[in-house]
Amino acid sequence: MSTELDQLWPLLFPAIGQTLQMVVAVMLIVVAVGTPVGVVLHNASPGALFPHRALRAALSWVVNLGRSLPFLILMAAIIPFTRYVAGTTIGVSAAIVPMSLAGIPYFARLVETALREVPREATEAGRAAGGSRLQVIVSVQLAEALPALAGSLTIAIVGMLEFSAIAGTIGAGGIGYLAISYGYERFDTTVMAATIVTLIVMVQLIQFTGDRVVRRLAH
Amino acid sequence: MIRVEKLQKTFGTGTRARPVLHEVDLDIAQGTIGAVVGPSGAGKSTLARCVNLLERPTSGRVWVAGTDVTDLPERELRPARRAIGTVFQSANLLRRRTAAENVAMPLRYLGVTARDEKRRVAELLERVGLADRADYYPAQLSGGQRQRVGIARALALRPKVLLSDEATSGLDPVATRSVLALLRELRTDLDLAILLITHEMEVVREVADTAALLREGRVVESGPVDRLVADPHSALGNALLPDRPVSPNRQGLGTWRLTYQGQAVPTDWLTRLGADHGLDVHVLSATVEEIAGRAAGRATVAVGHDRADELTSALAGWGIHAEPVPLERTPSTDEPVREAVTEAVA
Repeated sequence: MSTELDQLWPLLFPAIGQTLQMVVAVMLIVVAVGTPVGVVLHNASPGALFPHRALRAALSWVVNLGRSLPFLILMAAIIPFTRYVAGTTIGVSAAIVPMSLAGIPYFARLVETALREVPREATEAGRAAGGSRLQVIVSVQLAEALPALAGSLTIAIVGMLEFSAIAGTIGAGGIGYLAISYGYERFDTTVMAATIVTLIVMVQLIQFTGDRVVRRLAH
Repeated sequence: MIRVEKLQKTFGTGTRARPVLHEVDLDIAQGTIGAVVGPSGAGKSTLARCVNLLERPTSGRVWVAGTDVTDLPERELRPARRAIGTVFQSANLLRRRTAAENVAMPLRYLGVTARDEKRRVAELLERVGLADRADYYPAQLSGGQRQRVGIARALALRPKVLLSDEATSGLDPVATRSVLALLRELRTDLDLAILLITHEMEVVREVADTAALLREGRVVESGPVDRLVADPHSALGNALLPDRPVSPNRQGLGTWRLTYQGQAVPTDWLTRLGADHGLDVHVLSATVEEIAGRAAGRATVAVGHDRADELTSALAGWGIHAEPVPLERTPSTDEPVREAVTEAVA
């Protein structure tokens, strides 16, 4: 059996809302935590602002740990932790915990890569001009890497959209949940097709906006 | 003033220790430009980084504008760095900031008011001749203009000391000249002590008051440029004013290598040798240039063996140094320092 087209919207509309809610909330956490982690990863390396072999190695190890588990497995593995933090293991707020945990190391690496593209000499010029480390990080490194960071942000948002769909499978709600519970479990082709189209449109919109921002920032 | 005393810098420790500077001494007074030259890998940049406090010396002392900056604690390094303006190779401007914003960088770090910042930036851009380029991005400026912005930025906090690390490398000859002319102007107008790190002899010839030759981390020769050029046996002097290739000598004539520098030497010495002393002088090679504001020359001449005494006494009277050149060895460009410098230029 298949959902009629006029019944599709009442299903799809709240799902899109939940997905956006998840992605936005997670991205706020991911950017707030992942950016400093990426900054430390970059500047603890040799020749940067505060080279520190041990710190870098430890942080890099933790970041790799977060990135080595496939999201589905990570999500299942940390259910006790999720329950402790969010008080529940289903729904949007429960999905935010594993998504952030997977997203932070992901974004941290993207930030590190973006900062590596800023010439070391620019950082030196900032130091020689009497800037503190924090001033140099903000006004030289992050500011000069802004176009690259906007690109990283785009990649991360698309990544989180994908995670939110996976989180949907274990009851987080959103488009992923719709696709699994209607499209997969009830063989509802209409809903399945609608979720696919919605995801494609969302990714295209995110990428299009991201590319425009990058172009605006680059000069 | 910039003073460096017995500066040592070693990277790494134990068996991996890599000494880069050995007991380097340097002294640059206010109102003078001191050049440090040498081939790449000689330790020039490390020396510069020890002076602008981006690097800590292993031992030895560094004074900047009267302050011993060697043992400053970390939190005092920042104010100390502000007393030193640094001009980098290829300017190191922020690509996403306009010329004015780049110049404003040190002022913003210091936290001056927006009004003071605006006034000072306008003043600085005016000083380097780029008042009309304030809102241009580095990519829209020529190499020479970018370097002028870099100089304006270095001067923002009114330092008494300026450090120029290969500031003209990669610039075309016209831009190089204009940047050097600006440095010379600033030296005099602002009474700056300028440490000029370079591998280009033309740069030293053009602006330096003193020069030091750095090789394998040691200062092998140093002194006022005019004295170095006047000394026929100075490796640095010979690199600054190299002997030109000598055309073949005629049989039966003695060859002499002449070195001179200074205002005491009459510019028409050659014709006077003929007119006043009746000497028949063959010029085999000659070069005259203005170095450190005064004429400096090198020449290889030939006269009959019987007139040698007359030649040397006439030359000595004008302050021209002359020494005989053995027949089989005419002065050539195979001096070791020439090689070192040529290598560096290549």
